[in-house]
Amino acid sequence: MSNELTPTDNSVPPQHAPRATDINPVSEKRAEQQIAILFALSGIGSVLLIYSYIFVAKDVFIFIPVMGNQNAQQLGIGIGMAMSLFFIGIAAIHWAKTLMPDKEVINHRHEFRSSDEDRDELVKTVKEGVAGVQLGRRKLIKRSLGAAIGLFALPPVLLLRDLGPLPKKQLETTNWKAGTRLLTDPGNRPIFASDLEVGAVVQVLPAVEHEDERPLSDIAKDPVLLIRLRPEDFQLTPEKFAMTHEGIIAFSKICSHMGCAVALYEQQTKHLLCPCHQSTFDVTRGAKVIFGPAARPLPQLDITVDGEGYLVARAPFNEPVGPSFWERNSQ
Amino acid sequence: MTSTEKRIGNAANFVDERLGAAGWVKKSLNKVFPDHWSFMLGEVCMYSFIILLLSGTFLTFWFDPSQRDVIYNGVYEPLKGLKMSAAYASTLDISFEVRGGLLMRQIHHWAANIFMAAIVAHLLRVFFTGAFRKPREFNWILGILLLTLGLVEGLFGYSLPDDLLSGTGLRITSAIIQAIPVVGTYISFFLFGGAFPGVGFIPRIFTLHILLIPGIFLAVITIHVMLVWYQKHTQFPGVGRTETNVVGHPILPVYMAKAGGFFFVVFGIIAFLSAVASINPIWLYGPYTPGQISAGSQPDWYMGWLDGLVRMAPPLETHAFGHTISWNILIPAVIVPGIVFTGMALYPFIESWITGDKREHHLLDRPRNVPNRTALGVMSITFVMVALINGGNDILATNFDLSINQIMWFSRVGIFVLPPLAFVITKRLCLSLQRADRELLLHGSETGRLLRLPHGEFVEVHAPISPEKAFILQSHEQPVALAIEEVDARGVRRPGAIKNKIQRRLSKAHAVSVPKVTEEEMKEIEHH
Ligand code: HEM
Ligand code: FES
Repeated sequence: MSNELTPTDNSVPPQHAPRATDINPVSEKRAEQQIAILFALSGIGSVLLIYSYIFVAKDVFIFIPVMGNQNAQQLGIGIGMAMSLFFIGIAAIHWAKTLMPDKEVINHRHEFRSSDEDRDELVKTVKEGVAGVQLGRRKLIKRSLGAAIGLFALPPVLLLRDLGPLPKKQLETTNWKAGTRLLTDPGNRPIFASDLEVGAVVQVLPAVEHEDERPLSDIAKDPVLLIRLRPEDFQLTPEKFAMTHEGIIAFSKICSHMGCAVALYEQQTKHLLCPCHQSTFDVTRGAKVIFGPAARPLPQLDITVDGEGYLVARAPFNEPVGPSFWERNSQ
Repeated sequence: MTSTEKRIGNAANFVDERLGAAGWVKKSLNKVFPDHWSFMLGEVCMYSFIILLLSGTFLTFWFDPSQRDVIYNGVYEPLKGLKMSAAYASTLDISFEVRGGLLMRQIHHWAANIFMAAIVAHLLRVFFTGAFRKPREFNWILGILLLTLGLVEGLFGYSLPDDLLSGTGLRITSAIIQAIPVVGTYISFFLFGGAFPGVGFIPRIFTLHILLIPGIFLAVITIHVMLVWYQKHTQFPGVGRTETNVVGHPILPVYMAKAGGFFFVVFGIIAFLSAVASINPIWLYGPYTPGQISAGSQPDWYMGWLDGLVRMAPPLETHAFGHTISWNILIPAVIVPGIVFTGMALYPFIESWITGDKREHHLLDRPRNVPNRTALGVMSITFVMVALINGGNDILATNFDLSINQIMWFSRVGIFVLPPLAFVITKRLCLSLQRADRELLLHGSETGRLLRLPHGEFVEVHAPISPEKAFILQSHEQPVALAIEEVDARGVRRPGAIKNKIQRRLSKAHAVSVPKVTEEEMKEIEHH
C-alpha cells in the first residue's frame, strides 16, 4: 500500500473525474433536451392549475382508487401547483449537475480569534470608556441610576395588567346553588329521577336565567354527569352516599387533571374515562382515581328532588371543579 | 459585449458607485459549499419556513381571528345553523368556499410538520457529526431557540381554527399555566382574558402567530445563516480536506442552481402531499365547546412526546397551607422539558469541558469515532420515542388490540430503562464499528473469493481498499483522557477535587476507543 495513508499528508488535490456531458457532445445535447422537457412539464402543471381554478366547478367529486372521493377542483389546483413547482426545481438541479462546471474549488479558513494587538486595543478602548463614565466616583449617580432602571422595569409589566380580569373566586365557584334544577344538555329540560334507568348516563347543566346564552366559560365548569346504579353497587362513605339520590350519583364532568370533558363511561366496569390522558375514575367508589395522572376524584354534586319531583342540587359543589391551581385549598 | 452583459454592468455600476459593495460581494460569491446530502437538511428548514410565510399570508386574507359567536350559514351542510366562533366559521369558509383555500390550509399544515421534522433531522446531523463544536456554539444555541420557537408557533397555529380538537389543546395549555405556583392563575386569566376559554386568547395568539414569532424567526434564521456564511461550512474528512480549508462548489452557478432548484422541489413535494393527503379536517371535529370532546384527541406529532410524558406522570399533588402544587403537571410539562432544552443548549460547552478540547473544529466526526456522544444522542432519541409512543397510547391500543394500561406501564418503566440500555448498546456498536474499520485498514475488504494455499488450506482473498477510503478511516484523532490529578505534586488535595473527579471520570469514559492503526503496523502489513 502507498504512503497516502498517513493522515498528515493531505496535499493531494481533490480528484476531478469528467462527466459524460463534459466529453461526449451527444450526452450534452441529450441533457439539454431533458432539461427543456422538465421545464415543459412545469408549464403543463401551471396550465392544469389555471384550468382547474377557472373551469372546474366547486362541487364536482371524482373517485380515485385508494384516495376515495376527491374534490376535483382542489385536486386539480393542487396537482397543477405541485407539478409546476417540482419540475422547475428538478430541471434546475439536473442542469447544475450535468451542464454547469462541476470542478470543486478550495477556500482557505482563517482562525476566528482576533490578533493580540486588536484585542488589547479593544480592552483599552473599553476601559477608557468605562473610566470616562466615572461611576466609581459618582456614588449618587450610580445609586439613582440603579433605582431608575429598577423602577423602569415595572411599567412594561403593569401595562399588561388590563389583558384580563383578576381571578377572584371564579375558579372556586360554579352556577350550582342549593335548589338549582338539573337540565338536560342538550335540550335544557328538567328531569325526574325516574327518567333515568339503572345504567343510564345523562349530561346536565344548571338551570340559569338565559339557558340559550351560556357563556363558554360557564360550560367549562358547570357540566355534570348523572349516572344511575343500583344503590347496593356503591362503596361510599356515609356522607358521600347521602349525596346520591335513589342510586343516582352526580359528578363534575370536568377532569380534575387538566380539565378535559370526562366523556367515556364503561357500562360493565362502571368506570369513567377521560380521553385526554386516560385518567380513570371508579364511579362506585365516588370517582376515585384508579389509573392515570389525575390526582383527585371528580368532585361530587349533592343532589335531591324538589317539591315537584325534579332533580335539583342540594348544595353547591363543596370543592372547586376542574384542574388544580395554586390558590386551591385541597385539604 | 452583449446587451444583457451591458445592462448588468450598468446596474452593478449604479449600485457600486453608491454602496461600494463590489469587494464584499465578490468575496461572498467566491464562497464554496461542500457537498453532502445531510447538508441539505438545514436548507429544507429554511425553505419550509418560506413556504409557511407564503401560505400563511394567503390564509390571513380570509381568516377571522375572533371568538365572537356566529351562526354558520355556509355550504357545509352538516354544520349549518350551528353556533360557533367566527374563527371556526371562517376556517370552514376557507376550506369550502375559497378556491384553492383548502389546498393552502393543507400546504400550511404539511409545511409546518415538515419544518419541524427538518429542524429535528438537521439538529441530529449537527449533533452526531460534532458540527456544534467550537467555533459554532452560537449557531447551535440559535438552533435550539428555533426548535423551541417552532414548538410554540406550531401549537398556536393549530389552535387558531377553534375546532373541538384544538380547543381541547388550549384547555390543556391553560391547565399547564394554572399549575405554575403563585402566579399561574393570574397569568392564565390575563392571557385568556378571563376564565377559560375567555374571550381574548385566539385573537392574541393570532397576533403572536403571524407577527411576533415569525419576526423573531426571521431575525434568528438570518443570523444563523449569516454565521454559516461567515464561519464557512464544515466538511466531512477526505483527501485534500483539512481544518484550514473548505472544498466544494462555488456559489455561482452550481450551488445557486442546486439550492434554488431544491427550494422548488421541496415546495412541489409539499404541494403534492397537500393535494392528495388530508390533514386536520376541522369540519369533522365540530366547533369547540368545553363540555364535549372527541375520542382519540391528539396534538401534532412534535407536541406528542410532551403529551406522552403528561400521560405517564404519576398522580402526585401536594396539598399544604391552603395551596395546591400539581407535580403531575409541572414535572412532565414544565420541569422535564426545561431540563431537556437547557441541557441541549449547553451540550457543546459540557462536551468541551469533558474533553478539555478548546480548539476550533471544521472537519466533521464520523459518529462511530465519538462513541459517548453518539450513545448520548441515541439515548435521547429513545427517551423521546418512548414518550411519543405513550402519547399515542389510545391510538395504539385501538389499532393493535392492546390495553392502554399495558402501554402506560410499559412506558412508565421504559422511560427509565430503555434510554440507558440504548446508550450501552450504541456505545458497543460504535466500538465494534471502529474495530471493523481497523480490520478493513489492516487486511482490506473481504472479496468472498476463496484461495487454496499449496498446503491445502483455504483462505479468503482480501482486496486492499482504495487510498481515499483508507485515508478517511485513518483521519480521526485518537482521543485521550484528561490527566487531572486529584492531588498536586506535594500530595495536597487540589481545590475542587470532586469536580475534578467527575471531569476525570467523564473524560475517561469519553476517550474509550479502539486503537488506531499505527505506522509500524502499516509497514508490517506491506512487508507481507
Ligand atoms: C428554522 C430552523 C433552521 C433553519 C432555517 C436552519 C438553516 C440552516 C442552514 C441553511 C444551514 C447550512 C446548511 C446545513 O448545515 O445544513 C444551517 C447550519 C447550521 N445549523 Fe441550522 N437551521 C435551523 C435550525 C437549526 C437547529 C434546530 C440547530 C441545532 C440545534 C441548528 C444548528 C446549526 C448549526 C450548528 C449549523 C452549522 C453547521 C455546519 O456548518 O456544518 N440549526 N442551518
Ligand atoms: S385531562 Fe383528564 S386525564 Fe388529563
